[in-house]
Amino acid sequence: MNFPENLLYTADHEWIGSDGTVGITEYAQDALGDVVFVDLPEVGRELKAGEAFGVVESVKSVSDLYSPVDGTVAAVNSGLVNQPELVNQDPYGEGWIIRLEPRTNTDDLMTAAAYRTQIEGA
Amino acid sequence: MKQTPLTDWHHRHGAKLMEFGGYNMPIDYGSIMDEHVAVRTATGIFDVSHMGEFMVQGPGASAFLDQLVTNLPSALENQQALYTPMCYPDGGTVDDLLIYRLGEEKFLLVVNASNIDKDWEWIKKAAQHWPLLELENVSDNMALIAVQGPNTLQLLQPLTEIHLDDVAYYHFIPNAVVAGVPVLLSRTGYTGEDGFELYVDPSRTLELWETLVGRGATPVGLGARDTLRLEARLPLYGHELSPTILPLEAGLGPFVRFKNKGDFVGRGALERLKGEGLRRKVVGLEIEGGIARALYLVHDAQGQTVGVVTSGTYSPTLKKAIALALVPIELASIGTTLQVAIRSKQVPARVVKTPFYKRT
Repeated sequence: MNFPENLLYTADHEWIGSDGTVGITEYAQDALGDVVFVDLPEVGRELKAGEAFGVVESVKSVSDLYSPVDGTVAAVNSGLVNQPELVNQDPYGEGWIIRLEPRTNTDDLMTAAAYRTQIEGA
Repeated sequence: MKQTPLTDWHHRHGAKLMEFGGYNMPIDYGSIMDEHVAVRTATGIFDVSHMGEFMVQGPGASAFLDQLVTNLPSALENQQALYTPMCYPDGGTVDDLLIYRLGEEKFLLVVNASNIDKDWEWIKKAAQHWPLLELENVSDNMALIAVQGPNTLQLLQPLTEIHLDDVAYYHFIPNAVVAGVPVLLSRTGYTGEDGFELYVDPSRTLELWETLVGRGATPVGLGARDTLRLEARLPLYGHELSPTILPLEAGLGPFVRFKNKGDFVGRGALERLKGEGLRRKVVGLEIEGGIARALYLVHDAQGQTVGVVTSGTYSPTLKKAIALALVPIELASIGTTLQVAIRSKQVPARVVKTPFYKRT
């Protein structure tokens, strides 16, 4: 599985990029199966690290999304409203979910290597 | 956790496996959506070996079954099957099952995996006053493969000497041979498509499965089995039927027979309910703005809690969220606007005609 080196990861299987973009990992999208609905937060909402901000639903299951850091929702990927399958098809690109700014409280984030160790140890 | 004769195969072929009814069962092999579409457009193959099977035979077997279940097994022809609820005295549902007539006084009952032990105890107890009956739980001696979808007949026909199109819906051939393997071949299913179910000896199940997959049948897990049955509005025990949901409330009136039939377990309660009229029933909902899941609450337009979702999913065929819900009869008409509480939101839901999907 692919976990890009330039991203940081949470234990809950979100990733965050250096520009504050947040999505779910390839591992998470594979475990969920076909994503059919994404519940997005409102732009402007302030989030704490670990706070639930939305939901990804697959045919079979519902998963909460947790903020990787403290920040304010600067943008949401409204393309997911009509094409939630982008989360499966391109989890690190077109399937991004929100963008946060600024991004602080990054203490609990993992590198790609650390995240991979967590997945493979599971 | 129990295994089926195919559990290893599923594991080797990338299935996600989960416990269901005490068995380790495949949920999907990668994509519930793709598997669902395969059944609607071509042929899917399901391992449903977890289902339970009981043999009931001996003098009085047909009379015994008539008083055990709500439908009328004694009216079956040989080599014909029926679907029926089985009730408690208060009309609540013990299980829903298929009954196959193998002979004048010989029947095969097929029950839900999660209810095998409960049903077996229930039936044994009911048979105490029928000393000549022989009951046998043959669940471990019988595997079951369902082959479903519009291309199923073409796929199976070259593999058997039975002329498949002569086997009518809800009829069966007890001693058929498919791909060299002896099976009970039944024109039944749980998907809303044409198809067959093949009851087979566990030792011959893998070779039959591999032959059918080799001929192009797509393996389908329990995830798509659920979305397929829900589109076709087929009830699932533990959701639309339960000890507190009566078959009449679940819309199963055609399978509850009061005429040409003596007393049966639950008759009094069901007749009373029919006479007084239903106070609640299971309806179909279309939901916009989220996916309703089992046990989510249903509210009326004013926000009062009025019912509960029994099953809900995203419909791969309709490409929208659908659900079945138990609601008061005055809110059960087609077109009624309700709301479903999805997390913290009230999401609009409209009562629609069912089945959600009907094959053309």
